[in-house]
Amino acid sequence: MTSAHPPARPVTGDPSVARPVLDAADVGRALTRIAHEIVERNHGAGDVVVLGIPTRGVSLARRVGARIDTIEAAGPTPVGSVDATMYRDDLRLRGVRALESTDIPPDGIDGKVVVLVDDVLFSGRTVRAALDALSDLGRPRAVQLAVLVDRGHRELPIRADYVGKNIPTSLTETVHVLLDETDGRDAVLLGPADLSRGETR
Amino acid sequence: MTHPQTALPQHLLSAADLTRDAALLVLDTAEELARVADRPIKKLPTLRGRTVVNLFFEDSTRTRTSFEVAAKRLSADVINFSAKGSSVSKGESLKDTALTLEAMGADAVVCRHGASGAPHRLANWIRGSVVNAGDGTHEHPTQALLDAYTMRSRLGRIEALRVAIVGDVLHSRVARSNVLLLSTLGAEVTVVAPPTLLPVGVEHWPCAVSYDLDGVLPKSDVVMMLRVQRERMYGGFFPTTREYSRRYGLDARRMATLPDDAIVMHPGPMNRGVEIAAEVADSVRSTIVEQVANGVSVRMAVLYLLLGGGLVEATEVAA
Repeated sequence: MTSAHPPARPVTGDPSVARPVLDAADVGRALTRIAHEIVERNHGAGDVVVLGIPTRGVSLARRVGARIDTIEAAGPTPVGSVDATMYRDDLRLRGVRALESTDIPPDGIDGKVVVLVDDVLFSGRTVRAALDALSDLGRPRAVQLAVLVDRGHRELPIRADYVGKNIPTSLTETVHVLLDETDGRDAVLLGPADLSRGETR
Repeated sequence: MTHPQTALPQHLLSAADLTRDAALLVLDTAEELARVADRPIKKLPTLRGRTVVNLFFEDSTRTRTSFEVAAKRLSADVINFSAKGSSVSKGESLKDTALTLEAMGADAVVCRHGASGAPHRLANWIRGSVVNAGDGTHEHPTQALLDAYTMRSRLGRIEALRVAIVGDVLHSRVARSNVLLLSTLGAEVTVVAPPTLLPVGVEHWPCAVSYDLDGVLPKSDVVMMLRVQRERMYGGFFPTTREYSRRYGLDARRMATLPDDAIVMHPGPMNRGVEIAAEVADSVRSTIVEQVANGVSVRMAVLYLLLGGGLVEATEVAA
């Protein structure tokens, strides 16, 4: 499941078995490209609000926001976070989780173009929950989705507008996104199934 | 927030059931949920299709309403059941009432009862979660949680706070739950009361005991005033109300002896002029109105953490 991670959960997959698919420079280039694509698609960044889905989506959203600011001189791009936990459809299956913070920039999201950012797009259920959360927070003019990794296996009719890297995976493999803010380095690792975690993402 | 593995027990019957991690999980969750009150749509879909029964055998305005608002903000269905006008007045026992509610599919029962221990009995009879909303002179855990939440939001911490709980400790479930929870969370609690209003065995509570309010106030970050519960008093506990108020009431003169950033709390309902002077209750130090607002957030957190995960085993048993 995408982004089904409490903060700073240690990566329990054996790193010697996990295979790097993106290194720090690749992650940086992917985010720069995504920032350019956001500006291009929206003819500037005037109405853009970048909202990350916790935990790693928030770090990515901050980076994308900062990169947009270097491209467009229109002033700082509003960046925030939207926690979808209370809107998830698997709470009953997996048990309750601690909530993450939802930070909507002071000007709100009404009439804006919201770019949702997450680390891994997998089943699409997290994004579905985040869309529901957004609709309770305001009415954006449009919502777009940016992800660092699209690993396939969608269970809902959802697709990303901006993709850092498409990584074809099998359902038993795990995708670990490591980011400097939470994990001390930038990388994307593809590992074999980690049964001890009881979930894949 | 870093408590992914912490979970609440199935029922919330006593503040003593909460470990430090579980209590902090409730407070952190409440902090996030408090922001729902500032949104245009003050509702979350999380408990859609769940039923919460408010089973109140004693009068209550703020606690019952608070639980009702909390459950509704999480989209649960709420059934209010009060002893007056129900079959209880026809002599139905607690157990039969519980079995009736169980048959109606209650996922959680929020229970207030005049008898200490009633929610514990209830927890043995029904499959859903039981939340103690005050039982006799025993406990009121969600009040303690909202008080702890209020302290943390006003003063930034609970650890090492000096808290004085003043007044009718003998009849106060609020005092008992607060002493247990606050000591779990690392506060230094002192109960202050005349000897007649202290329960037997208070020396075994995890707190200090004093009879001298004036001595304690200058060394307190939080003063929690308790209501004098006349409805539970069947004897002479103090000579006159005026005498009580003079020795143990919080007036402006006493409030002035508190440290600069100290706060004054009261679980409500207040007897203005008895345990707390009107000018104190309305002062900037008073958190009484905040406590009510915080109560909704804390109860949302408790209901979410108890019910949000679903009772997988219970449904399997029922099937």
